[in-house]
Amino acid sequence: MNIVVCMKQVPDTETKIKINPEGRGIVTEGIKYVMNPYDEYAVEEALKLKEKFGGTVTIVCMGPSRATEAIRTALAMGADDAIHLNDPAFEGSDSVTTAKILAKAIRDLKYDLILAGKQAVDFDCSQVFACLAEILDLPYASVVTGLEVEEDQKSATVKRETEGGIQEIIEINLPAVIAAQKGLNEPRYASLPGIMKAKKKPIKEMNLAALGMDANEVGEEGSKLKTMNYSLPPERKAGKKIEGEPKEIVAQLVTLLHVEAKLV
Amino acid sequence: MSNGVWIIAEQREGKLKKVSFELLTIGRKLASKIGEPLAAILLGYEVEKLAETLDGYGADKIFVCDDEALKNYSNEGYTKVIVDLAKAHQPSILLGGATAQGKDLLPRVAARMQTGLASDCVGLEINQEGHLVAKRPMYAGKVLVDAITPEARPQMAALRPNVLEVEKTDEPKKAEIEKVKVEVKPDDLRAVIKEVVKTAGEKVDLIEGLVIVFGGRGMKSGENFKILEELASALGEGVAVGASRSAVDSGFAPHDIQVGQTGKVVNPTLYIACGISGAIQHLAGMRTSKCIVAINKDPEAPIFQVADYGIVADLFTAVPLLTEEIKKLKEQD
Repeated sequence: MNIVVCMKQVPDTETKIKINPEGRGIVTEGIKYVMNPYDEYAVEEALKLKEKFGGTVTIVCMGPSRATEAIRTALAMGADDAIHLNDPAFEGSDSVTTAKILAKAIRDLKYDLILAGKQAVDFDCSQVFACLAEILDLPYASVVTGLEVEEDQKSATVKRETEGGIQEIIEINLPAVIAAQKGLNEPRYASLPGIMKAKKKPIKEMNLAALGMDANEVGEEGSKLKTMNYSLPPERKAGKKIEGEPKEIVAQLVTLLHVEAKLV
Repeated sequence: MSNGVWIIAEQREGKLKKVSFELLTIGRKLASKIGEPLAAILLGYEVEKLAETLDGYGADKIFVCDDEALKNYSNEGYTKVIVDLAKAHQPSILLGGATAQGKDLLPRVAARMQTGLASDCVGLEINQEGHLVAKRPMYAGKVLVDAITPEARPQMAALRPNVLEVEKTDEPKKAEIEKVKVEVKPDDLRAVIKEVVKTAGEKVDLIEGLVIVFGGRGMKSGENFKILEELASALGEGVAVGASRSAVDSGFAPHDIQVGQTGKVVNPTLYIACGISGAIQHLAGMRTSKCIVAINKDPEAPIFQVADYGIVADLFTAVPLLTEEIKKLKEQD
C-alpha cells in the first residue's frame, strides 16, 4: 500500500504571535517551528498501515527551506522519502491554490491513500485537503479518529468526529483523502537509529518550474482569497479576584453572576 | 452580477441547527447592504417542512433539495447539489456554518467553484467596494485578519456558530419555496455514512454551548469530572462540559471535548474554568467567551489575568458549593 502524507511545518503552539509592521503577516524571528500536531497522527497512521500491508510512505510538504527539519522528523519516524515543494512564489497561496500545488506533485505518484492532519494550527483553515480531494477527484473524510483498511485495500471504514458526542461511521472507497484528528493513534517518537537513517533518505526538492506551473497561478497572485489587516484581538482585562472563606466567596460569585452579569 | 446572498441551512436528523438562523440574520443584513435578495438552501430527505421554520428571518427564497440520496450528509452529494444550483443562479455571496458539516463541505464547494473561502469567521461586513469582508481568527485566535475575495464569485465564508445573535424579522413570512430536482445517484457517492454513533448519551455541542463548565489538570481524575457535570446540570439546559489538553492527555476526559489550540475553539456566554492554570494554547481557545469565571487555588495562576471573576479556592470545595448556590437560586426564581 503506497501512502502519501501531506505535512506542514508550523509555529509551536506555545508561540506568542506578533504582527509584522506591514500588518500582512507575523514576525517570524525567534519562532520555534514544529511539525503540525495533527500531521503527526497522519504520519503515524501511514506507518502503521505500511507495517500491516507493506508499501511506501511518501511525505509531501510545501514550505520554505526551514521545513526540511519537519520533513526529517517524519523520515526519522519511519517514512521512506519526501517531496519538498519549495519556492518563494508559493508564499501567500490560499487553501485552494495550496491544494492545486500539492495536487501537481501528487498526481504523478502511485498512491492508494493520502493522509493529512485535519487542520494546520497556524492559519486554521481546515480547507486544503477537501480542496485536494476535489482537484484529484477523490472521496474525502475529515476529522477522522478511526481508520480500518479492508484486506483488499480497495476501501476503508473511518470514524469521523462531529459534534455533541456524535460520530459518523463512513465507508470510503480508496484511493481517498483522509484528514486525521487527535485520537486516531499515539504518534511514535523518532528513535536514534531512525534519526540516523533519516539523514540518508531522499528528499526531492521541487520548485515552480519543476511542477510546470506559472508564477501567476500560485502565491498571492494566483489566489482568489486575499488576507490582510492583521490585528491582535482586544486584550482581556482581569476582573474581580475574590478571596476568602470558600462558602462566602462562592455566594458572592453567584450574586455577581445573577445581579451584575445577569448570566444565571 | 447581482444574484443574491445565499446561506446553506444545516439540519441534522430533521432538526435545524441554530447556526442556520444566525446565517439568515447576517445574510439579511449583507443582502440589504448590497441591495440583493436573500436565499437559503436546505438539503436532506423529508425536510420540506423545515422550510417553513426557516421562513420569517428575511429569506426571499428557499431552495428545497429533498431527495433520499441526501438523507445522510456526504460532501460529494451535497457539493454537487449546491454547485449545480450556484452555477445556475450565480449568487454573489455564499455562506455556511463553520460546523463539523460545514468545514467538511464548504472547501469542496469552493474548490469546484474556483473561488475563495474564508474559514471560521467571527464577523462579516460589506466594504466600500461592495465586497464581503470576512473577519477570521488565525493561530487559534491569537491573530485576527480580514479575508476578501475581490474577483471570483461567489464570495464564500463559513460563520463560526454562537458569535452572532439571531434576530427574527417583523415582516410576515414571505419566502418563495422552490423545490430543486436533485441529480445525485447513491452510486455516485464514494464515501457513505453507514452508521451514526452517539457516545455517552447526547451531549451539548461544545461549539454551540452557551455555558461551558470546564476542567483542567487540577481535576486530578476522570471520576472528578462528575462534580463538573453536576454543576452543568444545575445550571440548566444547553450547558456543555469541556476539558483542557492536559486533562485530555492525562486521560481524564475524551479528546472530543478538548478546548484550545489543538482542540475546539469555543465562544460561550459564560465560561467556568475549574483547575486550569491558563496556558497560552488554552487561552487561545476560549478568549472570546463573554464572561469568564476561574476557580483555582493558586492566586498567581495566569487564568486570573483574563477572568472576569476569579475565585481563589480549592475547586473540590468551591464547585460543589457553587452547584448548591445555583440550585438555591433556581428554586427561588
